[in-house]
Amino acid sequence: MCTVCGCGEGETRIEGHDHEHEHGHANMHDHDHAHHHSHDHHHYGEGPAHAHAPGMSQSRMVQIEQDILGKNNEYAAANRRYFNAHGVLALNLVSSPGSGKTTLLTRTIDDLKGELKLSVIEGDQQTANDAERIRATGVKAVQINTGKGCHLDGHMVGHALESLQPDDGSVLFIENVGNLVCPAAFDLGEAHKVAILSVTEGEDKPVKYPDMFHAADLMLLNKTDLLPYLDFDVQKCIDYARRVNPGIRVLQLSARSGEGMASWYQWIRATRQVALIERPDLAASA
Amino acid sequence: MHELSLCESILRVIEQSAAEQGFRRVKTVWLEIGQLSGVEPEAMRFGFDVVMRDSLADGAGLEIIELPGRAWCMQCSREVAVRQRFAECPDCGSFQLQVTGGDEMRIKELEVD
Repeated sequence: MCTVCGCGEGETRIEGHDHEHEHGHANMHDHDHAHHHSHDHHHYGEGPAHAHAPGMSQSRMVQIEQDILGKNNEYAAANRRYFNAHGVLALNLVSSPGSGKTTLLTRTIDDLKGELKLSVIEGDQQTANDAERIRATGVKAVQINTGKGCHLDGHMVGHALESLQPDDGSVLFIENVGNLVCPAAFDLGEAHKVAILSVTEGEDKPVKYPDMFHAADLMLLNKTDLLPYLDFDVQKCIDYARRVNPGIRVLQLSARSGEGMASWYQWIRATRQVALIERPDLAASA
Repeated sequence: MHELSLCESILRVIEQSAAEQGFRRVKTVWLEIGQLSGVEPEAMRFGFDVVMRDSLADGAGLEIIELPGRAWCMQCSREVAVRQRFAECPDCGSFQLQVTGGDEMRIKELEVD
């Protein structure tokens, strides 16, 4: 059990995180326990037992009025403050398994690592294979294994940041667990969620999994080099995505052939400039 | 969805509240769950019993107050009821809706000893 924030070891494993929080922990997370405005209400006479007699034991009601995800949102807010203070652009990459997320990421890293400082947090239920694939490109990466968990949460990412130590002014890619459902609800403190959909999947995925496409700011339509062999209707897919999220941006690309990747890189550069708003001293570096 | 981890978050809030308010056992938990929150009440009930086992809320009852999905229709200029996030306006068929309620996931109150 983690003594600072009370996190159990559970099945979650974070590379480099050994549950010793003495070093530099306090500035990564806000672990002060917020006051939740809860107060007890002694509803005497209104309790389930309708007991009026003074001194008679009865159960009492405690008002909580707290968001179930409130704790996660506090961790995410701490991560976001860290990213803003360090000029780190954090992108949360979400997709179903097999959309080509890791291939897209390794190609992006190979093409951009000469120009930008990059690092990666990899989320998978098991194995460190993806982090190893990323480290093979020469970029810092930390693997989080969620065990039974189906998504990354703000707390896991906060701990991963301690061992990853992304450079100031860098771009951090957080590759979430392949899942279009759960990661939608869990804020990690990222600047943007980027949803990756490949044309080998159904074009109606945006309306089948509306929460995720609603939460994403950018949709990358991947594997477009395969379009000649498929019946995938690109315009219909984009229409579906706009139906759940009128403001979503869509880029068509293929991580394999490289077509369309330049627009994705341009989006990263532009978005990074926004992430540097609080750190103009870092803006000149790229 | 992720009802099991939501139940774990609920247990954490209960434990923190128990430390602050000095109660030892929870008899009933009231949740407010919006129709658009993506939470399946049945999965929530199942996860709740599993997660609360051997905790201070072991065997506690779970009361789920379902809140309806609501959205503002830009065409009709009024609030309408919606069942899904991407649904069209039930009156005019427009998709220009802004969700105004129904995505809640909140712990409302506890009955404790």
